[in-house]
Amino acid sequence: MDFSIGIKGQDYVILAEDMNAAHSIILNQQDHTKMLDLNDHLLLARTGELGDGVQCAEYLQKNIQLYQLRNGYEMRSNAAANYIRKYLADSIRSQEPMNVNILLAAYDTISKEPQLYYIDYMGSMATVPFAAHGHGALFSLGIIDRYYSRSMSRDEALSVLKKCIVELKKRFIVNYTSFNVQVVDSQGIHQLDRIVA
Amino acid sequence: MSRRYDSRTTMFSPEGRLYQVEYAMEAIGNAGTCLGILASDGIVLACEKRITNKLLDEIFETEKLYRLSADMVCSVAGITSDANILVNELRHIAQRYQLQYQEPMPCEQLVSQLCDIKQTYTQFGGKRPFGVSLLYAGWDPHYGLQLYQSDPSGNFSGWKATCIGANNAQAMSTLESEFKEGITLEDAVPLAIKIMHKIMDQNKLTAEKLELATVTRSDDKTKMTIIPREKLEKLISEREKLAAAEKQK
Repeated sequence: MDFSIGIKGQDYVILAEDMNAAHSIILNQQDHTKMLDLNDHLLLARTGELGDGVQCAEYLQKNIQLYQLRNGYEMRSNAAANYIRKYLADSIRSQEPMNVNILLAAYDTISKEPQLYYIDYMGSMATVPFAAHGHGALFSLGIIDRYYSRSMSRDEALSVLKKCIVELKKRFIVNYTSFNVQVVDSQGIHQLDRIVA
Repeated sequence: MSRRYDSRTTMFSPEGRLYQVEYAMEAIGNAGTCLGILASDGIVLACEKRITNKLLDEIFETEKLYRLSADMVCSVAGITSDANILVNELRHIAQRYQLQYQEPMPCEQLVSQLCDIKQTYTQFGGKRPFGVSLLYAGWDPHYGLQLYQSDPSGNFSGWKATCIGANNAQAMSTLESEFKEGITLEDAVPLAIKIMHKIMDQNKLTAEKLELATVTRSDDKTKMTIIPREKLEKLISEREKLAAAEKQK
């Protein structure tokens, strides 16, 4: 029942995610953050099983930090994305697969390019201009298709994001009260205002 | 006195030395020389071949130079069979990294991981260390062109110019005086030949006994070029002319 969405621009990637923490029909928390900074230029938004998500995201974060400590430089965005993908690909082939879908927003400081990776729990990965996980994706992708352009500004991207949220509010059965929004650019990871539906 | 403490690799001597590691380095001190120079636009690796019997069938292109990955090559000095094991391991390490991260392994990480393995043979297990020193030349997007050297103890360091194998001390002192910051490959190759010529003075330097390769970057690709025999012969004869002229002065 989670929903995450990412939009990539010329020099930024915006990630937004619902803030519900629910188990079956019970809503435990309405302001739960499901995004994690993996390093200064990598932001991970996870959807799926809550416990698995925390395990997975923290394990990845610590290993990416370890790489940086060992080598003196950050893991590059493409390397990190592939590392995460392989971790999930190995997980699905194990006795206890992780049920976690990921959107990875990255800024590569060497090539100076923003990047958005769509990775699912089976370890499939795609580099995309925009993406979404969850049922909400069915409502959102068509809207972004209609309004997206690579050169759009951050405000324009946010307004498209808001259009998606309005649509979800109207037509999706699950009530999301608020959305956590963050952006990754050359300066790092920044928190933007929450969007209240 | 040292006899008591040198048969077990995992024992320090009373003076705090690891004799097996030192003996391994002795073995390398008698092996064919390898020289590396890091120029501003490339790296040159020059190696002395010891196995030059004319009955040998040429199956491999090179005796002492090995390609480790798309962006790294190495040259070895020491026990050839030990070297084969290490080169195989280096190739595995590089490919495992590439499988996980889908990017070429950065140079220092590759050297460092092999050296961690070499170190274990000096601390536990009861097996002797590898009798090989290696020179690594490669490129990565973090630090560009790099030259590293590692020895049986598992120590490694980055160099602008270095030498391993027989007569390496003589080569190093020559390099110290002749190496100039910002040297280009065009000057580094003759310099490498000059030094090899000097230290192989006893056994005359011929193109047969030399393996020379350059590592360069062009079109976003790393290239290892093995200098062909004809070119080597030309470079050597040029060096001999210069040496004769210097002697006359």
